[in-house]
Amino acid sequence: MRWTAATILTSVMALSGPTLSQELGDDFGVDIESFLLGTYTRRTSGKSPEGHKFILAEERLRLDLSVWSENIEAEARVKLDGVHDSIAGEFDIDLREAYLDYSAGNWDLRLGRQIATWGVGDLLFINDVFPKDWVSFFSGRPLEYLKLGVDSARVNYSTSALNVEFIIVTDFRPDTLPTPRRFFLHDDFSSIAERMQVYPDTGLDNPELALRMYRRIGGFDASAYAYRGYWRSPSQAPDDYDVPTQMTYFFPRLSVYGVSAQGQAMGGILSLEGGYYDSRDDNAGVNPAIDNSEVRFLLGYQRQLSEDFTIGVQYYAEIMIDFGAYERALPTVSTPRNKYRDIATVRLTRFLKYQTWLLSLFAFYSPADQDYLLQPQVDYKVSDAFSATLGANLFGGEKQTTFLGQFDRNDNLYLTLRYDF
Amino acid sequence: MRLTLLLACIAMTASSVALSQSADEIMEASQRAYYFAGKDAKGMLKMALIDRKGNTRQRVLTMLRRNHENSGEQKYFMYFHEPSDVRRLTFMIWKYPKRDDDRWIYVPAVDLIRRIAAEDKYSSFVGSDFSYEDVSGRDLSEDTHSLLDDETLDDRNVFVIESIPLAPAAFTRRVSWIDKEHFLPLKIEYYDAQEQLQRIFTANVIEDIAAGEGDDRRVHPTAMKRTMENVRTGHRTEVIVTSVNYDVGLSDDDFSERHMRRPPREWIR
Repeated sequence: MRWTAATILTSVMALSGPTLSQELGDDFGVDIESFLLGTYTRRTSGKSPEGHKFILAEERLRLDLSVWSENIEAEARVKLDGVHDSIAGEFDIDLREAYLDYSAGNWDLRLGRQIATWGVGDLLFINDVFPKDWVSFFSGRPLEYLKLGVDSARVNYSTSALNVEFIIVTDFRPDTLPTPRRFFLHDDFSSIAERMQVYPDTGLDNPELALRMYRRIGGFDASAYAYRGYWRSPSQAPDDYDVPTQMTYFFPRLSVYGVSAQGQAMGGILSLEGGYYDSRDDNAGVNPAIDNSEVRFLLGYQRQLSEDFTIGVQYYAEIMIDFGAYERALPTVSTPRNKYRDIATVRLTRFLKYQTWLLSLFAFYSPADQDYLLQPQVDYKVSDAFSATLGANLFGGEKQTTFLGQFDRNDNLYLTLRYDF
Repeated sequence: MRLTLLLACIAMTASSVALSQSADEIMEASQRAYYFAGKDAKGMLKMALIDRKGNTRQRVLTMLRRNHENSGEQKYFMYFHEPSDVRRLTFMIWKYPKRDDDRWIYVPAVDLIRRIAAEDKYSSFVGSDFSYEDVSGRDLSEDTHSLLDDETLDDRNVFVIESIPLAPAAFTRRVSWIDKEHFLPLKIEYYDAQEQLQRIFTANVIEDIAAGEGDDRRVHPTAMKRTMENVRTGHRTEVIVTSVNYDVGLSDDDFSERHMRRPPREWIR
């Protein structure tokens, strides 16, 4: 069902009389869109730590409401999901985005909870410093759920010579990471029962700041980025490395400086990105609980192999600074990381039958960690309103201690059903 | 008597002018009429994607186009209103006469702008029977054109032109029936390597759309309904232009990342 301004107008007229509705009709437009989304993700290798066969079994009802002015460039929008989690037996509201837009001249303003995506990587992020939901990603929710909104103010200034985008985040939001309740995970300190999280004390007086400047240079879309804030994934510090009784999760300070470029080359699209991660709470690299500073870069190339069939490949690496200091400071109980951690990815996508069928495969492989993730997926659009997706997350690796290797026992198969109305 | 003679003379002059037009010139005039009408254009399109069984999917989009004054470059912008899973999605194409286009897509659900490989020109445009190339035009220098015939099609005088690609393409031969008066293609047949008919384009309804006032007033004959049918699969796509305006005053800067993320209200409402 698509609600037009006229439908709303009629409803409002019935409720509040002709005067108000007349004003609303002339000055504002309204639109409501909805969908129902079911996601059912079954483990293929035994039950979860909590004894469930399903990682996800949930229904979401999306309401997406927009109200805009007919006179000025202004719009208000709310996107929220009512969520029924069948495993926990709970209902919840997930406020995905809620913001006000206003544009005038060269300026654009967006105020409120909003999703932002920066950088040129395909599911590999360097200058995209915004929070992500890795549980959604590892368990079959549609891709839009990988990104989490941040409560922030975004200002854009656009000219033909340079574009500037500035985001002030007033409320720190961490990545959503898999928990030991639904996933088997590696934990060097698994015996510790008492755990606590400490969030950064952000607010109007201590916001996260993210800056992006971009323009075209020599046919490429070039961007420069700067971020001052915090690591999105927590560091963990036990009260005592020898006899730990309590674990504290906290988010150290982080600055990121980077660049990216994307454009045509060799009959395809070439992507380049790099960044310096300045771990400001441990510049010398001597605190074992805090990630050291890093240099990260990625190189990507995408092209069409034949009609409706494309391939994308990427190579990504993280190089730890002060690796010697890290090794010296590492407690014996902790599993050491490599100085150099790299990932190669391949994405294949094939459309069939007038794009009603989409077959895709996304594969991550880390040569340094010798672990992998395979994501095969079949998507079928039954009609404009109804679609079904069947896919899998298949993890593995030489060791159970590496990032993807630890998920070895979490292989899963998922079915999502979406109905738009 | 004198009048008849005069008319005959005019007719002869007209036909000799017509005959002297080379196939290349006719194709160029046709491309100008179909892809380059006006300085710029803004239109709303409804596409019905109909399979052999009659199942229909629908796309509704706003399309904006601007021609660069003399370089032959063009910029295209598309905003999707329907279906709802792609609502607010935008495409931008910067088209160059002699090299690959620049293309971008904006995915609103994750606020993401990405380049798309220009090699995709033979891929289906949003699941329709039209390819990207059909939507924004094929470089004329990629084919050799020859005039096969003069004939009438549905009571219209037409040129029949055959175009053969110089390098391998999605078709091996294309035959166009081009109206002698306004140069819009009324029908195009696409053949494959086995000389089998693959797809048929038809311009079903043509209307004169006026733009500008006074001395600037121009009339642009416009194909308000177009169909592309895939003969092999029985699938067809009908495009209805529900509104179109020429010379609306778009500027080069309008075709930007900024407007992909946040198109001005006047473009899309």
